[in-house]
This record gives sequence, structure tokens and C-alpha cells, in this order.
Amino acid sequence: MRRLLPHPLLTAALILMWLLLTRFSLGHLVLGSAIAVLAGLSLARIEPETPRIRSWSALFRLVAIVSVDIVRSNWAVAQLMLTNGRHGARTSAFVVIPLRLRDPVPLALLAIILTATPGTAWLEHDREAGTLLLHVFDMIDEEEWRVLIRDRYEALLMEAFA
Amino acid sequence: MTALDSLPPWLMALVAFFLVLGSTLTLLGAFGLIHLKSFYDRIHAPTLGTSWGTAAILLASLLTWSWVQDRVFVHELVIGICVMVTTPVTLMFLGRAALHRDRAEGGGAVPPAAAARSSADESMSSDSDPKAATLPTTLGSEKVRP
Repeated sequence: MRRLLPHPLLTAALILMWLLLTRFSLGHLVLGSAIAVLAGLSLARIEPETPRIRSWSALFRLVAIVSVDIVRSNWAVAQLMLTNGRHGARTSAFVVIPLRLRDPVPLALLAIILTATPGTAWLEHDREAGTLLLHVFDMIDEEEWRVLIRDRYEALLMEAFA
Repeated sequence: MTALDSLPPWLMALVAFFLVLGSTLTLLGAFGLIHLKSFYDRIHAPTLGTSWGTAAILLASLLTWSWVQDRVFVHELVIGICVMVTTPVTLMFLGRAALHRDRAEGGGAVPPAAAARSSADESMSSDSDPKAATLPTTLGSEKVRP
């Protein structure tokens, strides 16, 4: 089983997507499954490490938190655009954030989170130093951003992935 | 008489709300893209369109077609996930290209690369490279380029 499905999550997601995009039928299920299994096998050649999800509840909590944050930061940035950056008082800045995360999958998830929330842009991650260069659109307190990312996102990501 | 006319008023209102919300956010993002001054500011503007701008328009589409076709449509979910997953790739490419250019040109408006940063910390004591040592790790409002 392990040898045929080295990336079971990826395979399941691909089958689901295939069935969503085509109309459900037995033929499509077979074809989609074949392609998904093949994709899983080829990914195993490139990336032998399978991400292990330790806690699904942490992942779902993270999704809920991020959904709320996306709405909130959309509102905040839209307001800044409308008021012309609080009439010129807004300043943007770079922040260097030390990260404890090392695995590529949680890092990729963090990148998606930070990009999806307007107002923060992931610019550069240094693998050796383990630091992230972030650009913040509306900078008020630097330390606040470090704490926010460490406690709000990084802690849950570390809990979710083994 | 089209299929859209079969929508009840409350659903029409909901769909219209999401459509207007999504398109307004996308418009604001586009406006920011031409209005903001520095590259690093401009990078933030389109994320309005790629996050809730896309989500709201997709939600409107999902509601409409789930009603008209009388079954739950989740195709929009695939679009949403694909947009969310692929945006960081473009953004990182653009951001890193800009960083590289600004670092190569110098001027001290952008923070140095992490490798240079640690060597700057070391040279702080020996004062061998005064220019690198005086570069702060983080900066306030950057004045990059118009």
C-alpha cells in the first residue's frame, strides 16, 4: 500500500478534483485514479519525504483562524486604500521574522497564509538562518508582527505537522 | 425568461451582494496598483483581488449555479484553491527579483540578505566593513522607487 500510494493525501485530492471537473462516472473514476496514483508515484521520486499530519484538529483550527483573518485584513487594507493610507500617515516596512518551522510543507502553508491575507507579503526565506523577510503594508509595531506570526500561525502549524 | 429568473429575491440579493463586494475589492486592488508609490507597497494591492475579491465572486457563482442546476456545485472551490496556492509563487518571484535589484543597486533602502546580515553583525565588533555594519536590520518607511 505504502509503495503504491506514497502520497495518499495528494492522490485522494487529485481523484476528488478529477471527479469534480468531469461528470461522475465509473470510467472517469478509473481514469482519474490511474492518473492520481501515477502522479503520487512520480512525486515520490522527486520528493520522498511524505508530510505527516499529526493533528487534524489543529489544521482545522488554523483554517478557521485564517478565514477570519483574511476577511479582517481585506477590510483593513480596503479602508487604507479608500482613505489614501489614513491621509498619508501609513508607513510600510520590512520585518525580519525568525521562524522555528523547518519543513517545506508547513513553510509553504505559511507562505499561502501570509500571501492570502492582504497587508503582508512574504518576500524571502533564508533556509540556513531560518529567517523570513516580510513586508508589512501598514506597520505600527514590529514586535507585534513577530508575536502574531509566532503565536497565531506558527504554533498551530507546528502542532499540526509532526 | 432565463434560468436566472427562477432565483428567489432573497437569493438574488445575496448573490448581488457578493458580486458587488468581490468586484469592489478587486477594483480597489487595481486602483492601489496604479496609485501606490513603491514597488513593495504595490505588491499588496492585488492581494485584495486574489483573496476576498475572488472568494466573493466565486461564492456568488456557487450560490447561483447550485440553485439553478438543483445540486451543490463545488467547482468554484477548485478555482479558489488553485488561485490561493499559486499566488505566493508569483509574488515571491516578483518580490525576490525586486529585492535582488535593489540590493545590487545599493542605497540601503532594503534590508540586506540574511548571509550579509550575519556577517554584518560579526563585523560590527571588528569594524572591518563600516558600511555593512551601519545598515539596520529593519527599516521604517522605505523610499524605493516611484
